[in-house]
Amino acid sequence: MPKTLSKSNPARELVFGDLWEFDPAPETADPKLKPRYDLFINGSFVPPRAGKYFATINPAHETKIADIALADASDVNSACIAAQKAFVSVWGKMPGKERGKYLYRIARLLQDHAREFAIAETLDGGKPIKESRDFDVPMAAAHFFYHAGWADKLEHLAPGRQIAPHGVVGQVIPWNFPLLMLAWKIAPALAAGNCVVLKPAESTSITALKFGEICQEAGLPNGVVNIVSGAAETGAAVIQHPLTMKVAFTGSTEVGKSLMRSLAGTDKKMTMELGGKAANIVFDDAPLDQAVEGIVNGIFFNQGHVCCAGSRLLVQESIADEVLAKLKRRIAVLRVGDPMDKNTDLGAINSREQLAKITDLVQIGVAEGAEKYDNGCKLPAKGFFFRPTIFTNVSMSHRIAREEIFGPVLSILTFRTPEEAIEKANNTPYGLSAGVWTDKGSRILKMSTLIKAGVVWANTYNKFDPTSPFGGYKESGFGREGGKQGLLDYLMVD
Amino acid sequence: MTRINISKTPKCYVGGAFIRSESGRVTALHDASGAFFANIPQCTRKDLRNAVEAAAKAGPGWAKRSAFNRGQILYRLAEMMEARSSELAEAVALGGASKADASREVAASIERVVHYAGWTDKYEQILGSVNPVASAHFNFTVTEPMGIIGVIAPDDSPLLALVSLILPAITSGNCVVALASGTQPYPSILLGEMLATSDLPGGVVNLLTGLRSEMVPTFATHEHLRALNGVVNAADRKTLKLGAAESVKRVHLLKAEEPIDWFADKKQGVEEIRALIEFKTTWHPVGA
Repeated sequence: MPKTLSKSNPARELVFGDLWEFDPAPETADPKLKPRYDLFINGSFVPPRAGKYFATINPAHETKIADIALADASDVNSACIAAQKAFVSVWGKMPGKERGKYLYRIARLLQDHAREFAIAETLDGGKPIKESRDFDVPMAAAHFFYHAGWADKLEHLAPGRQIAPHGVVGQVIPWNFPLLMLAWKIAPALAAGNCVVLKPAESTSITALKFGEICQEAGLPNGVVNIVSGAAETGAAVIQHPLTMKVAFTGSTEVGKSLMRSLAGTDKKMTMELGGKAANIVFDDAPLDQAVEGIVNGIFFNQGHVCCAGSRLLVQESIADEVLAKLKRRIAVLRVGDPMDKNTDLGAINSREQLAKITDLVQIGVAEGAEKYDNGCKLPAKGFFFRPTIFTNVSMSHRIAREEIFGPVLSILTFRTPEEAIEKANNTPYGLSAGVWTDKGSRILKMSTLIKAGVVWANTYNKFDPTSPFGGYKESGFGREGGKQGLLDYLMVD
Repeated sequence: MTRINISKTPKCYVGGAFIRSESGRVTALHDASGAFFANIPQCTRKDLRNAVEAAAKAGPGWAKRSAFNRGQILYRLAEMMEARSSELAEAVALGGASKADASREVAASIERVVHYAGWTDKYEQILGSVNPVASAHFNFTVTEPMGIIGVIAPDDSPLLALVSLILPAITSGNCVVALASGTQPYPSILLGEMLATSDLPGGVVNLLTGLRSEMVPTFATHEHLRALNGVVNAADRKTLKLGAAESVKRVHLLKAEEPIDWFADKKQGVEEIRALIEFKTTWHPVGA
């Protein structure tokens, strides 16, 4: 007599393990890369004054892809002067309707070159091709398309007040979504009538410099967009240059604070998009299979290199065992490996340094007494990879529950009442995002009201849209990106 | 025999009560002719911390009030000020303003309060949005108060500037800890008395008098102050911004060294409210 099926006695599964391997399904289109990338200043690619270059590597193979120009303060100065000149002579005076046409062109050209950009992004940054192809690049194009239409409608942003662009905007972006963060920064800045000096992250400069080619192809007036690649000093030079009247930074809270300190004696306007330690809260009435997909997407999307990653799972006690079992089963079939393979779920960790940081915090988690589980999958022999990892028996005081790991590592905590969930969700200096999983619409709204975070996803996670403002409370930064709220941050209101 | 006046002991309005400084210190205030007027409390950073604590207690309740109710209370404040407008004008004139100028400042201050009373149930409709995202979500952005706002008033326009800095904060449900004009603190003492009779819950607005040099470092570093709204000199701006970096505090500072026309229309309105709120965006699923 077979036992009846129940939660404690689930149907048996067919588990094939490594019996049959997936055939490789590599993306093979040509990313059209150059062996060497110069700085994009005043509409041309120019070598850095000091003649210094650094290698950018493919984190999945640890092989060099190209040499990237290292901009120093004098190169940044040239870029800022070019931007200022473009602002005064062309861009600042151009009617919004005409500015918008350039942005529409850029959006279209990004779509034309979408596959090329997706492959370049994956080669340089390590994210799975399915993400760069289906998310990063189309979303970047969408941001330009959205903001293009704003360029001649800016007066609707602050009715009754005078608005004006800042002039030159200095922007520093991170390595987790290189092209998309560029789009989030450049599209609203240009729509508002500013010119831009942007510094991409050291480990992911290629798509930003390829974007310079798009600007050329679009016929964008010289100097409106300038891309200066380099390291932290290059970024600091952009932020501190006297011509950058407004600065926008996306990166860690630690660096954001140091930039704020460095600008304390100035009148520069700032927006800061900093770190997070988001709570993803699952109630007992949630659609669990959907929630498990959301938990996986929340923490393993882009290897967890996401500032709004759902890195703290708060699950209601009554369903904790069931959710954990489903989660483990789901994680067991996640594919970690070659980012260029279309079947890959988790690609390469972006850099050796980041891999070391993740490894370190995971060891601390174990040492502090949390219980670690990973799917034990085989990892490629070369390159920077980390298995999708979850921790149970985590308490709020554990470092893995407090610090941003920025990797595929989930800390699981439980709660009994909505009040306890709120108290735990808000018990962090961060306040970027949160997730709520429940069948009750009223509970979604109640939780959203009480969570101190700038973005709340209900029965979904890691969704983005150009019309939807994104940005944090508390130490996750200030200012918004996207929507009318984000655009106004690129204008002076008098 | 002429009657001897009962002179008033000025006290600061903190947590809904009238306090002297915990330090026991006072500063003698003289009128424009140089005659002794009263002793003004010289508050300390401890008083500032106490005021932040009072604001923290009042904050959640105030933020939860309905927009309509907040509007009624702010309008009540205007009523209280109007009823004592001649007294307010005398307080402003203490600093040397002519009677006409003082009355003009009082009238503008009262009108500013009425202006914001009208905003409480409207700014959300201007600043918030429903966002047409590409997926099946009802995506909307609402505003929320930041929490406790530190206000540092300039020396000039002791009533109008103070009101202009405080009102946009409390309109959206924030609480305020404010440092009044250093040279002309008396109007803030009177404003406290009007706040106390306006139905505004105690602790929502806390008014301190004292030395800027003693208070600015604590305004800079107190982590429960989530934003600063004030008028300060270059050195204080740097101090405040350096301190603000430690907890990613929002900073809106005007320059004390430049003239400010507080009477201007653009010194009030929804943009001033926008500077002291957070935006929250919710993705709510659509469909079964």
